[in-house]
Amino acid sequence: MIDSLYIAWRYVRFNKIKTATLIACITLIAFLPLALQLLLDESERQLMSRAVSTPLLVGAKGSALDLVMNTLYFDDEVPESIAMMDADRVEESGLAFPIPVYARFRARDYRIVGTTLDYFDFRGLEIAAGRPLAIVGDAVLGAAVADRLGLKPGDALISSPENLFDLAGVYPLKMNVVGVLKKSHTSDDLAVFVDIKTAWIIEGLGHGHQDLIKSQDASVILKRTEKNVTANAKLRIYTEISKLNLDSFHFHGDDSKYRVTAVIALPNDTKSGTILRGRYISDGATNQILKPADVIDGLLQNIFRIKNVIDGVIFLVGIATVLAIVLVFALSLRLRQREIQTIFKLGCSRMTIAKLMGAEIFIIIVSSVVLCALMIAVVNHFSNDLVRMAFIR
Amino acid sequence: MISIHSLEFHYRYGEFRLSVPEFRVTQCEKVAVIGPSGSGKTTLLNLIAGIFTPVSGTVSVDNTEVSALNDARRRDFRITNIGFVFQDFELLDYLNVLDNVVHPYRITRALTLDRSARERAVSLAERMDIGDKLTRFADDLSQGEKQRAAICRALLPHPKLILADEATGNLDPENKTVILDLLFQTVEEHDATLLAVTHDQELLKRFDRVIDFQDFRHRDAA
Repeated sequence: MIDSLYIAWRYVRFNKIKTATLIACITLIAFLPLALQLLLDESERQLMSRAVSTPLLVGAKGSALDLVMNTLYFDDEVPESIAMMDADRVEESGLAFPIPVYARFRARDYRIVGTTLDYFDFRGLEIAAGRPLAIVGDAVLGAAVADRLGLKPGDALISSPENLFDLAGVYPLKMNVVGVLKKSHTSDDLAVFVDIKTAWIIEGLGHGHQDLIKSQDASVILKRTEKNVTANAKLRIYTEISKLNLDSFHFHGDDSKYRVTAVIALPNDTKSGTILRGRYISDGATNQILKPADVIDGLLQNIFRIKNVIDGVIFLVGIATVLAIVLVFALSLRLRQREIQTIFKLGCSRMTIAKLMGAEIFIIIVSSVVLCALMIAVVNHFSNDLVRMAFIR
Repeated sequence: MISIHSLEFHYRYGEFRLSVPEFRVTQCEKVAVIGPSGSGKTTLLNLIAGIFTPVSGTVSVDNTEVSALNDARRRDFRITNIGFVFQDFELLDYLNVLDNVVHPYRITRALTLDRSARERAVSLAERMDIGDKLTRFADDLSQGEKQRAAICRALLPHPKLILADEATGNLDPENKTVILDLLFQTVEEHDATLLAVTHDQELLKRFDRVIDFQDFRHRDAA
């Protein structure tokens, strides 16, 4: 058998292009369905585990999928916002504990998630370096964000403007990185967490500027009355929150009307959850409450339906490939008829000739299996990130 | 060495018929077989080698009745006792010269490829003046070098009988003489018998005996 393998090895080495083509065909046809299944399993695991651990979600009526994907996986599609009073309403019901989430802005391609400290307890997120959020302007980075941007506590991160051409729009805010989270292998690794008030400052609802009452610079004052001071455009607006200007930051208007993208509702028990859900069932309701697991389950059902179609296509392509490979071997046998005649004349048995051919097929299949296993191992190693890139964000 | 008696042969399909009442070749004899194409020269070599079996009659080589052996024994007998040299050399293009020479050892259990066999292969190649080309592939050799490698392959198992099927047919006149010299020399050194099918009239005088196969007339070489 060793001699047969040696001769077969010399043959496949000599015919490198033919061998490489055959190995590539077999590898791909085996790799594609396996890799797809692996990625789907991983996506199901990632999507479902996070969805199942989030009992209820309150958000504006509209796409349930957008709401879940944005709140749980910080997806690009930002749902319609709801008011902060909707979170208060959940709390006032006494049926569930609300955690507001405002996932609208970005900092260098990473989602800024405005929330409360309760979110960290709810998700079981732990600080790997630095400290948790304490004051407005603080930012705690997910492990992957800190790693990819090379940031650590003490550094700064600037929020990205939503629209470069909107001069009156959202100004960038320089946030102070005060902590980095431990790796959680979830979407939280790819988020920049700030206090909900910091998110509102980024939105422009809150701001800080030089004190007009104390200001000695008369050129800043446009009009001064007993009750009011009006400044002109020379007034310096702070784009960074520091200990020196922290007190100058303030909000205008009723903060119960400030916007959030969703409210995670943690019901006291199953019964409370059911009652709470019932309160959102009315024709006039502008908000919706939903179970993320149901939404993700529906999404996965669609993905698996598509996967079944892809499996069918791969199966047909696989059959075509196998037939093509059989044809290649049959033609190869015909081309090698003279060689076979020669070794037969020398004294080689038909069984040995079959062994030689078998050894070639064995080498090609083993090479394909090894290559496929290596590729699957690579996909498996990076499946977490690949799934996020391909299916989540 | 070779003894054929009352041999009758025909293929399963076709008109071809071969009838050899009596045919003998003695040990160490160098015999040329001539005759027009289609007269059955190559078929005779295949019958002697046990590749074909006669419909009737007997074929014996070195006192072994080849035609009476079963298929496996015929193959073992062939690979250990008979060396084949072909017109087109029939070297395998994906093997280097050394691997081609030892190839018979790798395709049968009747021969064992050990260190001595390898050393003999190298020594044989050096004597054939291709010792420096052992790692080259067949396509990188000249016609003469290819036939030298093919002769090395035929002689390595120490066969008692060499069957050469137009071994010089594809060589230029200069190489024909050199190859035939080498073949004769090594056949003599190994005390082997040579039965060569050839069309080359110029080379016939160098054989001990020439057999015209068409009318099966025996005549002594000049």
